[in-house]
Amino acid sequence: MSDLMTNPPIEQMKPPRRTVGVTGWLRENLFNTWFNSVLTLLTLYGIWLLFVPLVRWAFVDSLWFSSAEACRDIEGACWSIIPANVSFIFFGFFPDGQQWRPLLTMLLLFALVFYSKDSKHWKRSLVIYWTLGLIVMATLMYGGVFGMPVVETAQWSGFPLTLMLSLFGMVFAYPLGVLLALGRRSRLPAIKSLCVVYIELIRGVPLISLLFMSSVMFPLFLPEGVTIDKVLRAQAAIILFTAAYIAEVVRGGLQAIPRGQYEAADSLGLGYGKTMRLIILPQALKIVIPPSVGILISAFKDTSLVVIIALYDVLKTTQVTLSNPQWMGFSREAYLFLALLYFICCYLMSSYSRKLEKDLHTGH
Amino acid sequence: MSEQSHSPQESAEHPIIEVIDMHKWYGDFHVLKDISLQVQNGERIVICGPSGSGKSTLIRCINRLEEHQKGRIIVDGTELTNDIKNIEKVRAEVGMVFQHFNLFPHLTILENLTLGPIWVRKTAKKDAEEAAMRYLEKVKIAEQAKKFPGQLSGGQQQRVAIARSLCMNPKVMLFDEPTSALDPEMIKEVLDVMIDLAEEGMTMLVVTHEMGFAKSVADRVMFMDEGQIVEQNNPHDFFDNPQHERTKLFLSQIL
Amino acid sequence: MKKLTVATPAELPQAVPFWRDPAKRGVLFQIVVLLSALSVGYVLFSNTQANLERQSIATGFGFLQNEAGFEIAEPVIEYSAADSYSRALTVGALNTLKVSFIGILLTLLLGVIVGISRLSHNWLVSRLAGMFIEVMQNIPILLQLFFWYSIFYEAFPAPRQALNPLPGIFLCNRGLIFGIPAEHPVHSSMLIALLVGIVGWWLLVRQGHKIQDRSGRIFPMHRLGMALSLLLPMAVWLVAGAPLGMDVPELRGFNFSGGMTVSPEFSALLLGLVLYTSAFVAEIVRAGIQSVSRGQVEAAKAVGLRPGQVLRLVILPQALRVIIPPLTSQMLNLTKNSSLAIAIGYSDFVSVANTTINQTGQAIEGVALIMVVYLCFSLSTSVFMNWYNKKMALVER
Repeated sequence: MSDLMTNPPIEQMKPPRRTVGVTGWLRENLFNTWFNSVLTLLTLYGIWLLFVPLVRWAFVDSLWFSSAEACRDIEGACWSIIPANVSFIFFGFFPDGQQWRPLLTMLLLFALVFYSKDSKHWKRSLVIYWTLGLIVMATLMYGGVFGMPVVETAQWSGFPLTLMLSLFGMVFAYPLGVLLALGRRSRLPAIKSLCVVYIELIRGVPLISLLFMSSVMFPLFLPEGVTIDKVLRAQAAIILFTAAYIAEVVRGGLQAIPRGQYEAADSLGLGYGKTMRLIILPQALKIVIPPSVGILISAFKDTSLVVIIALYDVLKTTQVTLSNPQWMGFSREAYLFLALLYFICCYLMSSYSRKLEKDLHTGH
Repeated sequence: MSEQSHSPQESAEHPIIEVIDMHKWYGDFHVLKDISLQVQNGERIVICGPSGSGKSTLIRCINRLEEHQKGRIIVDGTELTNDIKNIEKVRAEVGMVFQHFNLFPHLTILENLTLGPIWVRKTAKKDAEEAAMRYLEKVKIAEQAKKFPGQLSGGQQQRVAIARSLCMNPKVMLFDEPTSALDPEMIKEVLDVMIDLAEEGMTMLVVTHEMGFAKSVADRVMFMDEGQIVEQNNPHDFFDNPQHERTKLFLSQIL
Repeated sequence: MKKLTVATPAELPQAVPFWRDPAKRGVLFQIVVLLSALSVGYVLFSNTQANLERQSIATGFGFLQNEAGFEIAEPVIEYSAADSYSRALTVGALNTLKVSFIGILLTLLLGVIVGISRLSHNWLVSRLAGMFIEVMQNIPILLQLFFWYSIFYEAFPAPRQALNPLPGIFLCNRGLIFGIPAEHPVHSSMLIALLVGIVGWWLLVRQGHKIQDRSGRIFPMHRLGMALSLLLPMAVWLVAGAPLGMDVPELRGFNFSGGMTVSPEFSALLLGLVLYTSAFVAEIVRAGIQSVSRGQVEAAKAVGLRPGQVLRLVILPQALRVIIPPLTSQMLNLTKNSSLAIAIGYSDFVSVANTTINQTGQAIEGVALIMVVYLCFSLSTSVFMNWYNKKMALVER
C-alpha cells in the first residue's frame, strides 16, 4: 500500500506587502523591535539636536569669500580664511610666481597614482614611468634648468612637502622593510637578532622620539662642518620608522607562503637569492599589497608630526596662517578644511585597499 | 501503515509537529511555498531534493533559526510566533545537528555537552556530567571527553554534536545534512548512531542524500523542489514507483 | 651501519672549499655584516665624541640631580621649579601614565559601544557608527588634537561668560570646571565600603557558581553583587548623616575657584586620543565578533540558550581571543600617541624631556630616556601578550 501524496506546482507568489518595499525596509531595518524603534527615534532626535546648529553655523550664517573684517560681525563660520590663504596653505614659502611648479608636480603625482591604481598596469613599464615621473617632479621642484630659478629644499613646504615626506617615506622604506623581513626570518643568528632588535626597537617608541633624534641628536653624529638639511633628516627618520612597520607586514606575507613553495624552489636547484627573488617575494608581496596601503595611509597621516620639529608641512602652514593677527580666531574653519583634505586622501586610499583585498580574496 | 512497527498508534491524533500552509520569502524570492506537514510522535522522515530546493530552510524554520512569514508552525502544542518564550521552549525540546557540526571550539567535549543542561535545564553540574558521559558512551566516544573539538576527526565531531543534542532530552531531532561534510569512511559511523537513535523511537527529521539510510530507516520520504513538497510516500513506493517527473529525474541522478 | 664505519680515507669526500659550504658562508656573511655595523657605530661615536667636546656639552646622566627651574602645570605629585630634573621627568612620566590610563578606560568603553553599534540590526545606528569610524580613522590624530584644543581656547568663552550645560559644570577657555563633594572624613569610609562591596560581589559570584554546580539553580549573582557594591557605600554615607556639602566652583574675579578644574590641554588630549583610538578599537571589536561563525550562534540557539547566554557563553569567549591581541597594541598606540601632548602644551614625559634637552643640550641622554621609557611600556605589553597567547591558544591537532 502506498501513502502517496503529490502536489501540483505552485506559482511564485509575491511576499506579504509588509515585508518588502519601503515600508518593509523601514520595518526590517529601523522598527523591527520596540527596542530598535526607540533607538531609531532617539538617534534621530540626537542627530536633529546636533545637526541643526551645525548646519546653521557652517552654511546658513557663514561667509565664504569675504575679508577677515567682515567675518568678525557674523555668528557662523568664516570659510573665507581658506580662499584668502589658499596658496600659502598649499605651497607655503615656495616663491610667489613659481607656485605653478609645485602645482604641476602634484598634478603629475596624482596622474601617476591614478594610472597605477589599475592592476592591469602593474608591469615593468610602470617602474619606468615612476622613475621618470620622480625625476621630472624633482626637477620641477628644485629648478636650475630651463630658466627655472633654484628653490632650496628649505623652501619646500605646504602640501607638496606632506606628499613628499609620505611618498618617499614609503618608496625608500619598502626595500629596507623587505630586507629587514628577510633578515628576521633568516637562519643566521647574528642577522636575525640584529633585525629583530631594530624592528622591535623602532615599533616600541613613538615617531616623535625619532623625529627628535633627527632634529636634535643627528647633527651630533656628523663630522665637523658637514650639515644635512632638516627636511632630509626628518625624511630619513620617517623612512627608518616606516621600514620597521613594513617589515612586519612583509613578514606576515612571507609566513603565508606554504613551505611547499620553498621546497619546490630548492628542488629546482635555485639558491637563496633566486628562490626569494623569483618564487617567494613575488607571491608574498602580492599578498601584502592591501596592508601596505594601510601603512601608506598611516605614513601620510604621521607626516603631520613634523609640525613638532617645526617643518612647514600643510598643517604648519595652516598654523602660520592662523597666527596672522588678521585671521586669528578662525582655527576651527581652517582645521576642518584640512581635516576634509586629509579625509578625502585617506578615504580614497583605504577604500582602494579594501577593493584590492576583495579582489585578492576572490582570486583575481 | 500496519507494516511499520515503529509508528505509535495512540498519538496519531496529536502530531508533534504541525506545519500549516507555511510560506517563506528571502526578500522577493519565494523559498518555501505553501508547506503543510504533520509529523507523528516517533515518526522518521527523510527529506531529499536538489540543492536550493528549500529543504534545509524548512527544518530550520521548525526551530525558528529562520522566520516564516505566512502560515503556522506548531511544535508539541507550542506555536512559533514572535514570542521569545515560545521560541525558547521549542528550541529546548528540539535538537538539531548541523552539516558543519558547530561544536564550540573553546569548550571541551564534556563542556559542549553540559552547556545546554546546565544553563537551559538548570541541572546540577554533576548530574549533567553523568548524563553527558552516558550519551558519549552511547555514541562510542567517552574516552575523548576531556579533549577539545579541534582534536577530533569530522566523524567524531558529528557524533559529539548528536550527543550534545541528546543531552537536552529532545522530543524531536532535526538533522541538516549531517554527513555531507564528512569523508566517506566517516559517514558510516555517524549513520550507525542515527540508526540506533531511530530504533529507540526518536522522532527524526533528516535532510540527507543518503538514500540507503532513507530506505532502511524512514517511515516517510519527502521530495522537495523549488520550495515545495512535490511528493511524499513510504520509502518502498517512493523509490520503486515515483509518480512525479521531477522526482523521477532526481532519483535517476542520485541513485 | 657497519659499512660506513670501515670507510678508508680514500673514500672520504673531498674537503669542500669554504665559499661553497653554506654553513661557512653564513658565518662569513654574519661577520661582515657585524663588522660593518660596528664600524658605522664607531664612526658615529667618534664624531659625536668630537662634537660634544667642541661644543662643550656635558655627558652622562649627572644633570638629573640639577635644579630643573621650570614649572609644570597639573603635576600628579608635588613639584616645584626648584626640584631636580629627575623629579620633573617623574612628574612627566606620571602625567603620561595618567592620561593613558584614563584614555584607555574611556577608549575601551566607547570603542566597544561603537563596535557593537556597527553590528546593530538598526540601519541608522550601524551607519552612524560606520561614519564615526571612517572619519576618526582618516584624520591625523595631531590635527584632531589641534582642533579640540582650538575649540577650548577659541569657541569657549572666558570664565565670566562660561557655558553652563548642567548645573555645577562650567565650560570655558580655562577648561572644564565642575563641582565635587566637599572633603569629608566619611569619603574614606565610603571608599572602604566600596572595596568591601566589590570583594563581596566576587564572593557572591563564586558562591553562585558553587550553588549552580551543586543544585543547578541559577542566581543573578552579578546583579546582586553590583547592588551590594553600590548600596554599601550609600549606607555608610547615610549612617554618617548624609553630608551633602559640595565644593562648587564659583566665579571670583577673572577665574573660578573651588571645584575641580580639568585644563584645556588635558581635556583636548584626552578627547583626541579617545576618539581617534576608539575608532580603531571599534573595528577590532566588530571584526572579532564577526569572526565567530554564524554556525556557532545557530548551534547555541538550537541548544536553547537565551540571547544573553549566547553572547556570554559562546560568542564572547571566542571573540575575545581574536580581539585581545590587536586591542593591546591599540592601547600601546594610545600611550605612544599621548606623546603628541607636546604639541598642545600638556606636560607629558616627552614634553618634559624636550624641555630638559633644550635647557641642558644633552640631546643624546634626553632622547635615550624617552626611548627607554616607551620601550618599557611596549616590552611589558608584549610580555603580557605572549602570556595571553599561550594561555588562550585553541587546542587543535
